[in-house]
Amino acid sequence: MKQMDMPTDDLPTPERRNEPAEVAALSIKGVSHSYGSRVALDDISFAVAPGTFTALLGLNGAGKSTLFSLITRLFGVQRGSIRIFGHDIGRAPGEALRVLGVVFQPRTLDLDLSVMQNLLYHAALHGIGRREARVRADEVLAQIGLSDRNASKVRDLSGGQMRRLEIARALLHRPRLLLLDEPTVGLDVKARADMLGHVRRLVSEQGIGVLFATHLFDEIAEGDDLVVLHQGRVLAQGRLPHILAQSGARDLHAAFMRLTGTAADASAP
Amino acid sequence: MTTDAIKPRPGFSLTQYAVCMNGIVWREGLRFLHQRERFISALVRPLVWLFIFAAGFRQVLGISIIPPYETYILYEVYITPGLMAMIQLFNGMQSSLSMVYDREMGNMRTLLVSPLPRWYLLFCKLLAGTAVSVLQVYAFLLVAWFWDIEPPHIGYLTVLPALLLSGLMLGALGMLISSGIRQLENFAGVMNFVIFPMFFASSALYPLWRVQEGSPVLAYLCQLNPFTHAVELIRFALYGRVNWVSLAVVGGCAVVFMIAAAVAYDPSRGIGRHGPAGGET
Repeated sequence: MKQMDMPTDDLPTPERRNEPAEVAALSIKGVSHSYGSRVALDDISFAVAPGTFTALLGLNGAGKSTLFSLITRLFGVQRGSIRIFGHDIGRAPGEALRVLGVVFQPRTLDLDLSVMQNLLYHAALHGIGRREARVRADEVLAQIGLSDRNASKVRDLSGGQMRRLEIARALLHRPRLLLLDEPTVGLDVKARADMLGHVRRLVSEQGIGVLFATHLFDEIAEGDDLVVLHQGRVLAQGRLPHILAQSGARDLHAAFMRLTGTAADASAP
Repeated sequence: MTTDAIKPRPGFSLTQYAVCMNGIVWREGLRFLHQRERFISALVRPLVWLFIFAAGFRQVLGISIIPPYETYILYEVYITPGLMAMIQLFNGMQSSLSMVYDREMGNMRTLLVSPLPRWYLLFCKLLAGTAVSVLQVYAFLLVAWFWDIEPPHIGYLTVLPALLLSGLMLGALGMLISSGIRQLENFAGVMNFVIFPMFFASSALYPLWRVQEGSPVLAYLCQLNPFTHAVELIRFALYGRVNWVSLAVVGGCAVVFMIAAAVAYDPSRGIGRHGPAGGET
């Protein structure tokens, strides 16, 4: 059976503690992507440091989903490079994907299967055997408060529960970088707050790096790293105060409008 | 606290490959159990052909003794292998349909972000679909048995490898087609341009020597049709014999279709060209 390609540069040791701080959880350099003549991403560069929360802010159509598709290798990288903990997604996809957890924007659970069956399937896709998978599934279900629902069909869960389950599933193989593509869309206010709190705890308590795509300004906190994506280009990046200072605006909403030159009416939750 | 099952060293062990295959086949089986309508329609379709079409045509078409048959046979007996292959053809196309349908890449995404090599994931998926089609075929054979379609007992066993191979070929073809279909509506096109021509321009419903009498060109086309060879491979295997030409054609086509499907799902070539599904960017 074919072994996965080794990345050409030095591998960081997988133990979090021993890792040199300079290896980014996610490093995107000079990435461009077009569909035929339509340019979806134009020379994007930014990085997500390990154990930090980075918000990718952009309106619908800014290129967020294209970027996610590139990071998860659904599309090939046309220009530039994407590295996850130093592993190039094109050259060492296996090593890159095994430390990556993803929650896609569309729901990707099997509605007719039970909560546990969904988790076991995902674990199998990562080569995690049945016994180990059950132990881990119990752990992640306890974390999201769904332990008593493990035999329920996913169809019977609420929207918020499904989203929490998707996050739990993405964590089963213990990734060190978690991508979430507008995970709060379609959730009510409480479910949104719960999910956001859960994701932030993953960052602070488990040291997981998070890239959180959103078009909702109120999901961004003071200490977050922020990348503003608009029409396929990065308009600004840095901490919120930095971006406010850069654009000379009082709040993020105004800053966004000034940066993009649009009425950001799509930003209302 | 549990220890990590995935060791941090690069690459994956054979056990992990096996776990992955097991998981994919298991999920396909569960989904199949949950979709009873799919199972019933997969069973009813060939039975309609057997009970109605074959009964009607029995008087019209006389079948002479041709290999692998050693006596005169009823028309029902003749078309049974064709209907078995038809089950697999529909199943292959239906898995391709479900691949398109899975929320326009929804469930496919879960599969494709697995760190195991993509060709291997697709192969497991293919194997899972084939396993389901084989179950459907045996269910059909069981009902057909009550209709006096009684191949030799050993045939039920010897037909298994033939079914696996033809299932892989037709499933790989479906997968290849699915990589090119972006919208569900296009499945009607698949019916018209793939399923019907493949089924009718084959030896499933009439022996090729009969076709030859009517239209030599059509007979030639039938011989080029890989589905004809799937039918003949199954027909011979059901009577404990091997049709070597068909075996070579089906095996060769299976490999070619599988490689083509793997290439089509390669991110740098196939999927990336079409842009994201559902019009999102």
